Amino acid sequence: MNILVCIKQVPDTTEIKIDPVTNTLVRDGVPSIINPFDGYALEAAARIKDQDPDTRIVVLSMGPKQAEAALREALAIAADKAYLVTDRMFGGSDTLATSYILYNAISKVEELEGLKFDAIFCGKQAIDGDTAQVGPELAELLNYPQVTYALEATNADGTLHILKEGEDGNYLIGVKTPCLITFTKPSFDPRFPTIKRKMAARKAVIENLTSAELPNIDPARAGLKGSPTKVKKTFVPPRKEAGVVIKEETGEESAQKLFTLLSEAHVI
Amino acid sequence: MEAKTKDLWVFVETKEDGSAKNVGIELLNPGRELADKQGGKLVAVVIGCGVKAAVEEAACHGADQVLYVDGEEFRQYSTDAYVAALDHLVETYGPTTMLIGATPNGRDMGPRLSSRLQTGLTADCTGLAIDEETGCVAWTRPAFGGNLMATILCTDHRPQLGTVRPGVFKKPAAGEAKAEITKVDFSFPAEGIRTEILEVIKETAGELVDLEGADIIVAGGRGVGSAEGFAPVRELAEALGATVGASRAAVDAGWISHSHQVGQTGKTVGPKLYIACGISGAIQHLAGMSASDVIVAINKDADAPIFGVADYGIVGNLFEVLPALTAEIKKRKG
Ligand SMILES: Cc1cc2nc3c(=O)[nH]c(=O)nc-3n(C[C@H](O)[C@H](O)[C@H](O)COP(=O)(O)OP(=O)(O)OC[C@H]3O[C@@H](n4cnc5c(N)ncnc54)[C@H](O)[C@@H]3O)c2cc1C
Ligand SMILES: Nc1ncnc2c1ncn2[C@@H]1O[C@H](COP(=O)(O)O)[C@@H](O)[C@H]1O
Repeated sequence: MNILVCIKQVPDTTEIKIDPVTNTLVRDGVPSIINPFDGYALEAAARIKDQDPDTRIVVLSMGPKQAEAALREALAIAADKAYLVTDRMFGGSDTLATSYILYNAISKVEELEGLKFDAIFCGKQAIDGDTAQVGPELAELLNYPQVTYALEATNADGTLHILKEGEDGNYLIGVKTPCLITFTKPSFDPRFPTIKRKMAARKAVIENLTSAELPNIDPARAGLKGSPTKVKKTFVPPRKEAGVVIKEETGEESAQKLFTLLSEAHVI
Repeated sequence: MEAKTKDLWVFVETKEDGSAKNVGIELLNPGRELADKQGGKLVAVVIGCGVKAAVEEAACHGADQVLYVDGEEFRQYSTDAYVAALDHLVETYGPTTMLIGATPNGRDMGPRLSSRLQTGLTADCTGLAIDEETGCVAWTRPAFGGNLMATILCTDHRPQLGTVRPGVFKKPAAGEAKAEITKVDFSFPAEGIRTEILEVIKETAGELVDLEGADIIVAGGRGVGSAEGFAPVRELAEALGATVGASRAAVDAGWISHSHQVGQTGKTVGPKLYIACGISGAIQHLAGMSASDVIVAINKDADAPIFGVADYGIVGNLFEVLPALTAEIKKRKG
């Protein structure tokens, strides 16, 4: 089976701090990582390959040149080949424009690879924007069925069996290939790269695709100009006023005080 | 596409029994205000099978019109059938704005629809207003794990779409139904549904964890120390009639199932009261619960970030505080 995994390089949002003076996001020194959900998608593809070594895993990212680092990491973990879509013209794309560019890039990659992908794997969401939109938007352009919130995927002869996280339990979903799946966090941890793969990944050639290689892209649908949604402003959320701190001698006294305060405030 | 009307739509998602999920009714509240400002009708849109209950609920919570599609093929949510139905409705009636609850299904369906209609969608909003300058909806949402808020406009494409977090808005008061109710004939071929539910794996037989609809949540984190450590959390929850939540650290440790997880990779909740026990308050946890009306934190560490969002914070050991609190509640309630 041939699987394409869409990978985004993101700042590690757990490391992001707010500058208390300027009240803005401090991004300097924040490490760039593979979006964790894309790591889960890659792991899902790797598990299919564990079962069937003929599986080919290609990773695709759109972003600045430095996103090659994320692709190299993906190569070290499990991918066979990596492509980076990079062009000034694509900067500032919202999710709809991103999905449109990725859609065009996918058909180019299929042409270059001389194959059709049976499945496109994405992360559920990128942790910088948290939108969870690119996957389904891309599925629509491809006219593929989609399954979101996937935990695990197994290949059952032209059909993927997807364990999907639901609101009150999980579902096992059957979906015919070609299809697009978005992955959330499974119960297991993704694998680490081996030393051998790491060395190979360092030397691997990452093919870059620019607007020149993707002539079908209509500039009116790409980049900031081609994005229907525009950010009007950003702000750091107002911090809540400091709450009441309760610290009595014993836990019991603290509990009683809390109870009194909550009753007075008609919360309970 | 062009909007044919100035109407504002609220997608009212249904449960399996044909009643409305809370978030759809909640959205009729900000929906009313936005619709009035846009100078159009407030329209509730219901899709499902046997959805009379949801249609009535929407009608008596302030909708001017309820459009509904009813059919066997809509009994279970599927991306293919639901997006086709919504696309048909939008093409037929041409709303200017649509709000969709940011539930798992809403977030599956919304982007697929926006891509079909080639229009803008803003995800997981927590604030809605009308932008004075453009008259467009100003969608406000958290990004960077809740560290930053962004206000987004979709100026040139219609309809403007957004998914909105459950629990952010209060349900409007119920009143006399005055909505015009319109059944729309639309069917979708079974073979057009390209996904098939092979098996439903309920977490624990019969136990439904309705965190999104809960009024009170008592949540435990790594501080509870073990699966048994959840006992005082569960006892307090029982005394309060509350639902039990958990941090990811507690879920990852295997002490409680994932259906209890609150946060970026779990549920987004907005109860009247959230009691966080032994939870440090990592940004990914806060992303799922900071919209709660009142937050109580119980933590040994006075510097834990959870105290930054807490209205009431007890610095102390949860194993002392929780049993005492439970006893106090039982005593007063008789
Ligand atoms: C992409 C991503 C997504 C994530 N999604 C989520 C998510 O959805 N939900 C989520 O919760 N996390 C999520 N996380 C994880 C998050 O970053 C934190 O690791 C997690 O929330 C920590 O859980 P905790 O507060 O229970 O544990 P800890 O951070 O270990 O905190 C335990 C707290 O318990 C206190 N404590 C210990 N013993 C006691 C006692 N006896 N009495 C009182 N207090 C005590 C300690 O002082 C400490 O503050 C995510 C992380 C990433 C990277
Ligand atoms: N620039 C990008 N390059 C490659 N994949 C992307 C990009 N942006 C988003 N994706 C994919 O789409 C998923 C959802 O992203 P988002 O809609 O931004 O939350 C991610 O987890 C990735 O798999």
